[in-house]
Amino acid sequence: MSKYLLDKFLYTVDRDPELVERYREDPGGTVDWWEREIANAVLNCHAAEKSTWLAFEEAERRALREHDHVALFQLGAHPFLTLTLFIAMFERDHGPLEYQIAYARAMDHITLPYPDIAT
Amino acid sequence: MATVAAVIASTHHPFYYRASTSTGADRPPFADEWVAKIEAFRQTLTRAEPDVLVMVGSDHFHQLWLDNMPQFLVGKAPFFDANWHNEEREFGLPRMRLAGDEDLAAYLLREGLDAGFDLAFSNELRIDHSVTCPIITLRPQADLPIVPVYTNIFAPPMPRPSRFVELGRALRRMVEAWPSDKRVAIIGTGHLSLELGGPRQFGPHGPDPEFDRKAVAWIANGDVDGCLSEVTLASLHAPGNATHGFMDFMLMMGAAGDGVKADYTDSLDLFHTMEAYFTWYPEGAPS
Repeated sequence: MSKYLLDKFLYTVDRDPELVERYREDPGGTVDWWEREIANAVLNCHAAEKSTWLAFEEAERRALREHDHVALFQLGAHPFLTLTLFIAMFERDHGPLEYQIAYARAMDHITLPYPDIAT
Repeated sequence: MATVAAVIASTHHPFYYRASTSTGADRPPFADEWVAKIEAFRQTLTRAEPDVLVMVGSDHFHQLWLDNMPQFLVGKAPFFDANWHNEEREFGLPRMRLAGDEDLAAYLLREGLDAGFDLAFSNELRIDHSVTCPIITLRPQADLPIVPVYTNIFAPPMPRPSRFVELGRALRRMVEAWPSDKRVAIIGTGHLSLELGGPRQFGPHGPDPEFDRKAVAWIANGDVDGCLSEVTLASLHAPGNATHGFMDFMLMMGAAGDGVKADYTDSLDLFHTMEAYFTWYPEGAPS
């Protein structure tokens, strides 16, 4: 499990308006590019000072590539990060609060205890 | 010595700014009642005539990130820029800039470290809605210097609830012993039951009204023991997956004092989450 890397993807994409649009329009290409170019960047450090070991597992890569917020929740991605980014991408296509409520209804089958989000 | 002019605990609802400033068809039906309650709550701070505000809140993965995550952090800087791109995008929050009180920040860091709290610090902190929401509701002119105190209620592992209470007690003691003639308000914001990104989010009210009812009673009555007897890191998952934000209310109960009833209590049942507002006057209610 690489919950930290899932969270890092959601965090770095959410704060970059161009990346939000790119991920909305081309999720597969964005995830592949991000894992290749950004996954091992130590944030706030010079680009040459990289980590060497961070990679998604296949289920994580697939959840991100498919914009699957339910799978991300079940994999233990931080729910605040997923929600914030997905609202940024998809709220615009819906009426007021419609997207947020549909987002919850898609998770109605999930019961307590929720997946652990500790990284 | 400094005076604790008021201790204030509140929810921080990022939708208030937009709800309160919208007009016509965009104005939600609950906005007028919400604004009236906030304006009454604001008076409780205004009457305390504070000179400086200690602001307890929590960064929502804005500046503080999982590669370097402090549990408790004090901002020590001459200024704090505020609100982040995703808060403008989602909530319509404005950009803000608040002055900092570096003397009080330095004092709290030194005294806090000596009292057993290994406080992190930041000399360049962009603050988020956990601090700016109470500025918008309680002091919209944003004219007083602040000392932000950030807590980790967001990224496990977190400190236990009792640690939040202890930090609140320590903040109160430290401010009262600060060699200054200033009047300090200690303001902190958190959540009652709350779910974000899970199946119980954005319901017609908060995800656990029974928890909310008990929580308001604990806070209003200063019932620290009752609260600590029921609330644990594990138990906070049940009322909603973001309910660990309640620990900032527990910190404020510590600051207000064990068994000390709030001088002002109000709440508002909104969709998504319940709002709650509390004020204590340690030196007696101002006239």
